[in-house]
Amino acid sequence: MNVYRVHIQATPQAVWEAITNPGWIEKYGYHARAEYDLRAGGKYQAFATAQMAQHGGPNVIIDGEVLEADPPRKLIQTWRVLWDPELKAEGFTRLTWEIEEGLSGITSLTVTHEVGDAPRTAAITSGEIKQAGGGWSFILSDLKTLLETGKAMSASAA
Amino acid sequence: MTDEDRVFKALADSTRRFLLDLLFVRDGRTLTELESELAMTRFGVMKHLRVLEAAGLVVAVRSGREKLHYLNPVPIRLIHDRWIDKYTEGRVSALANLKKHLEKKHDDEK
Repeated sequence: MNVYRVHIQATPQAVWEAITNPGWIEKYGYHARAEYDLRAGGKYQAFATAQMAQHGGPNVIIDGEVLEADPPRKLIQTWRVLWDPELKAEGFTRLTWEIEEGLSGITSLTVTHEVGDAPRTAAITSGEIKQAGGGWSFILSDLKTLLETGKAMSASAA
Repeated sequence: MTDEDRVFKALADSTRRFLLDLLFVRDGRTLTELESELAMTRFGVMKHLRVLEAAGLVVAVRSGREKLHYLNPVPIRLIHDRWIDKYTEGRVSALANLKKHLEKKHDDEK
């Protein structure tokens, strides 16, 4: 299990929107659009960006299922990488997003990724493999920058 | 104290860096497990863990009666993005500008 926590100067609702709303999701991190059907059993899909599509590979790069959606506090889902056969073979991992309101307008977002049976998925999402671009730490750092400054750090690079 | 101050303060101690290294190798450890790796009292280890938790570098997760300690890499990433990238990127663009400048000069001389 890997745990990632970031404190963001934003409301819980804003953080919830940023992690579940397709229009927000594509603004930070790897800029891949993702869609959630926010109810138990609902589908989750992340799509290749134009740049990723140029390198070939599937249109849907990550898939999963919503297990629990409790806006704006908690989202539990499964998460499986599809762009690589070995990653795909590791199957679904479990991902939990927890949003907690703190003092003076600070909200904490904790992402727990259960990757115990998925070592390759763990390696790319933890940032261990440099070529994978930083994983969750990078995504959450960029999400913080976007919500606090209105502009993602990755925007200039993308 | 800002979040960043807390991270730098937490990192400015060799015992706490050692604890982070232990958790980097394998996290989800209890206080008892961490304590067994250090020549220090339980209370001393607890104090260091508290500083690491306050800095957000360690997240404690309850699991039944136990408290498991996980390494949170995000604060280090934030410092990387805020301080390190800034300078390395600057250097990269400086080199790129130098290359452009030299190439232009070369073209002009032709």
